[in-house]
Amino acid sequence: MVNLIIDGQAVSVPEKTTILDAALAAGIDIPHLCYLKEINEIGACRLCCVQVEGEEKLTPACNNVVAEGMVIHTDNARVRAARITNLQLLLSQHDCRCALCVRSGSCQLQKLANDLGVLENRFPEDLPTQKQLRWDQDFPLIRDNAKCIKCMRCVQVCDKVQSLHIWDMTATGGRTQVNVANNREIGDTACSLCGQCITHCPVGALRERDDVQAVLRAIEDPEITTVVQIAPAVRTAWGEAFGLTPEQATVNRIAEALRKVGFDYVFDTCFSADLTIMEEGSEFLERLRKGDLERYPMFTSCCPGWRRFIKSQYPELVGQLSTAKSPQQMFGAVVKSYFAMKHDIAPEKICCVSIMPCTAKKAERAMPSMKNRAGLPDVDYALTTRELVRMLRAKRIRVEDLAESPFDRLLGDYTGAGVIFGMTGGVMDAALRSACYLATGKNPDPDAFREIRKGAEGAGAYPWCEKELDLAGTKLRVAAVSGLGNARRLCEELRRGKVHYDFVEVMACPGGCAGGGGQPVHCDDRERARERGQVLDRLDSALPIRFSHENAEVAELYRSYLGSPLSEKAEELLHTEHEVDRQ
Amino acid sequence: MMETQNESQKVMARLYRDIQRRISASPLGFCPVDMSLNFLRTCHAQSCGKCVPCRIGLGQLAGMLEAVLEGECGLGILEDIEQTARAIADTADCAIGYEAAQMALRGLKGFREDYEEHILHGHCSCGLEYSIPCMDVCPAHVDVPGYIALTRAGRYEDAVRLIRKDNPFPSVCGYICEHPCEARCRREMVDAAVNICGIKRYAVDHAGHMDAAACAPATGKRVAVVGGGPGGLTTAYFLTLMGHRTMVYERQNKLGGMLRYGIPDYRLPQEILDRDIQYILDTGVEVRLNTDVGTDVTLEMLKQEYDAVYISIGAHDDRKLGIEGEEGANVVSAVEMLRGMAEGNVPDLGGKRVCVIGGGNVAMDATRTSLRLGAAGVTCVYRRRIDDMTALPEEIRQAQNEGSEILTLHAPSRVELDGEGKVAALWAQPQIISELGRDGRPSVRAAAQEPVRIPCDYLVVAIGQTIQYKYFEDNGIGTNRGTIRAERTSFVPGSGNVFAGGDAVSGPATVIRAVAAGKVAADNIDDFLGYHHTITVDVDIPASQLTNSPACGRVNLSERAMGDIAGDFGLVSMGMTEEEAQQECGRCLRCDHFGIGNFKGGRTYQW
Repeated sequence: MVNLIIDGQAVSVPEKTTILDAALAAGIDIPHLCYLKEINEIGACRLCCVQVEGEEKLTPACNNVVAEGMVIHTDNARVRAARITNLQLLLSQHDCRCALCVRSGSCQLQKLANDLGVLENRFPEDLPTQKQLRWDQDFPLIRDNAKCIKCMRCVQVCDKVQSLHIWDMTATGGRTQVNVANNREIGDTACSLCGQCITHCPVGALRERDDVQAVLRAIEDPEITTVVQIAPAVRTAWGEAFGLTPEQATVNRIAEALRKVGFDYVFDTCFSADLTIMEEGSEFLERLRKGDLERYPMFTSCCPGWRRFIKSQYPELVGQLSTAKSPQQMFGAVVKSYFAMKHDIAPEKICCVSIMPCTAKKAERAMPSMKNRAGLPDVDYALTTRELVRMLRAKRIRVEDLAESPFDRLLGDYTGAGVIFGMTGGVMDAALRSACYLATGKNPDPDAFREIRKGAEGAGAYPWCEKELDLAGTKLRVAAVSGLGNARRLCEELRRGKVHYDFVEVMACPGGCAGGGGQPVHCDDRERARERGQVLDRLDSALPIRFSHENAEVAELYRSYLGSPLSEKAEELLHTEHEVDRQ
Repeated sequence: MMETQNESQKVMARLYRDIQRRISASPLGFCPVDMSLNFLRTCHAQSCGKCVPCRIGLGQLAGMLEAVLEGECGLGILEDIEQTARAIADTADCAIGYEAAQMALRGLKGFREDYEEHILHGHCSCGLEYSIPCMDVCPAHVDVPGYIALTRAGRYEDAVRLIRKDNPFPSVCGYICEHPCEARCRREMVDAAVNICGIKRYAVDHAGHMDAAACAPATGKRVAVVGGGPGGLTTAYFLTLMGHRTMVYERQNKLGGMLRYGIPDYRLPQEILDRDIQYILDTGVEVRLNTDVGTDVTLEMLKQEYDAVYISIGAHDDRKLGIEGEEGANVVSAVEMLRGMAEGNVPDLGGKRVCVIGGGNVAMDATRTSLRLGAAGVTCVYRRRIDDMTALPEEIRQAQNEGSEILTLHAPSRVELDGEGKVAALWAQPQIISELGRDGRPSVRAAAQEPVRIPCDYLVVAIGQTIQYKYFEDNGIGTNRGTIRAERTSFVPGSGNVFAGGDAVSGPATVIRAVAAGKVAADNIDDFLGYHHTITVDVDIPASQLTNSPACGRVNLSERAMGDIAGDFGLVSMGMTEEEAQQECGRCLRCDHFGIGNFKGGRTYQW
């Protein structure tokens, strides 16, 4: 242990603890902005500089470790003057029109300036030129150079966590900017649209394209029937923005809120998650039987970030993706066929909206292959959880006062298996539950495959989770991985023949959709994927039905419309050829 | 009245020196337009204000560059810039103005694409190249801040292990590396570059015995290395660590190449070289000495017998003067002389007058060796000035200190032989320093003076070396101006399984370049053999200090006082004391921790 004094308090912390963490242990929260534990410890913003007695300069607390006998002042006059100067310098190059910013209220720069009482700036504004502000406003991910504070977090998250190197510093000296690496346009890069740069941006420099107004216009159009679906992980996070506890922030409260917004039909994407299991599980057994998976596994296809990743990084493995569409797309396809038929609504008069924890879903729904024969897109708008929150606020809905309301019927049933789609390992767990049933005719213990969801807890021997099991006499090896850097490691090991699996689930965001790039962002930099995943885990355990093949309305859909999994109709509506949609 | 500097002038004089040091330590990769703009502003501030083009024009020029950088103009501005700069260059009254305009013109021509990129796209095509300057500039990318921190902590073995991750010649480099790492050392901005080479020497001199590193499981692949110099041994070392069997073919009866047969003992004692070689051999590198590829074995045999072949022959042939009398007796090349020394063929120079021709490090080695062989007088004849010599300044200084004469601005024109065909004198044409060439270096031309006669009994020619490429050329290896043609991966195109690097490909260079080439070759040969081994080392690098040490002079190595130089082949330079090493290590600015080094680029833990 190392003993030191911080602001007059004696502190004892393990060796190699940073000054920042040591202070935190003593209850002292040193202001910081660029620092992101283990990802961005570069001391760029200099707001965490403290005075260490005996040192000539001030010392950044985030990337220097404590030493025995140190005496540290985190907030004396010298430190404060330097901190405020640096904060004002940052503000001089930041578009401070907070009223026009999606991150107003969850912006770390805004909070720090307020906390530290910075009410004016002695430095004149120095914002980027018009040319430096250019951005494709139709792209699902929007970057505002005038708000970027060059903390480098997006660069580091994309480099270290997602391994895609989309962002970089451009130019040098005082003209240094963060922008798309190698001076490319964002649309010309391999960006997976995972949105992790957005959720790790301390300010409003990165956000999703806002589609809320377009959705509201559709709702207000009397000719149009609006149908909305809510993805599993949305229920784990939406309440954070309204100060609701997980118990209060139920999906049925969202359902009621969305009815108040004016949607005609409200459904849960968990329904089509169950449907996905029927298709993907059947496809897996089929491909396994055909010997398709001897060298490489079948990969899940529900995560659009992962699909964009594999297409650009491992095009030779694209054939291993399941042909099943994602639950979002399956839902839309079923709404504009079966649902339309049952309700006698012309499909072109339906506007299908999805609420997703994801930014890549906006691009997925727009893919040319995600349209039906008539050329209608399965899904018309994909909103992130953050957009949901903004929409509810815009409609002045007091969510805390709402009663819960059930989902509409026909596509309203869902099982625990569908719910856990929102966390890493969940798709695999759900698939194994039903694959076991399909192979043996008997339900396994629904908790038999929990282990594959342990990735949510942190890494084991590999940066991914694996499990070996016996499926009616066939030995199976399956894995679940989240985070694209981890997915890359897995693909490399697969390519080198170091590991072999039959079935692999990949989710682009660390922890799965619970940690999705479309989820609410907070000021505290706490990674919430794990606790959000636990919400799903609890919901699954509490549901009476935990097997996708026991979803009654899914069964009815097959009986009265699709026939069986992988039928011609099912192939047409629920599957896709991945090769077609080259980026 | 006596003129004295006032306080502000004194401070300015110091600031000028500060900025000079800062500029000299500039890393590459900064936006050239931005840099040009700021050079221009400095020039403008230097204007005395008398003349229009300089007083107003340089400011307008700066404004145009600013517009380019802001992307607020069309391509037409480039013509405006050029016309304005040309007018300033043509009409400015003094160098302050016209040289500033010339710099702007050179930049406009030299990086026009970058100008266009700014105008058309509002951004720059540049990118910072040096994250940790010493490490990035080192051809082998040795972890300099890492081993300095370890040396400071007294962890000498760890320091040496860290160096060996990238360079299996830590001892050799501690003594004779040309230390390009020091050229861009950021400490130069504070006071002076850290004496990196001296710190390395301190670490290797104080490290205890180290067991050979463990090798990866045997792959069953075999690689032949032609030439047991620093490059070949580096490749062999890394390939052996990767689990491949390597056999080094060496023509001489000892390993080391130029390190043994080209560098005199008073600079690099044999036992220091042997220390590195022994460590390399301990890993399991196999060696066939006294085996010349071309006579004892053929390249074809090696290509058949081994999975891959690496050609790393050195530059052991000498370049000829091409003047009359060169064929005379007692006219030798420096490589011949130095090789002879290592082989035990010591020429008897006792009481003789020796001339050495050349201005590089080898010329200095020949000069200083001649002194040690008891020559009555040694004159080093060079056609340019001392400032233009390619030898390291300390080598030149030592040669002078040891009693040789350096005769500059004399170009050899003829060797006068006596009746027995032995050298009697060197005739040289006096030169005058002349205009700058394209590379910015001044050229020389014959002065309007008569040739001079320099009587001598022994003449050593040290004007460059070449490689013996003929055999390889005759056996299907492509060549290019006297060197072997290889790709940047070291692969020799069209050869099937042959790689080449070091002097053989680049022409005569330095030990650290040979090591770097060997490292690149090992990596690519490993790939070629179908593997992706990584080389890594498990060394925990100490945390850096919080505040860097205040400005402080650089510790230079002192030299041993020599009474009678004749016959004294002992090491000349003396290592740092512990106190000196500690102080010098403390000067390291830890660019791995401070600045860009903890973000982009930075430390590599494996390769």
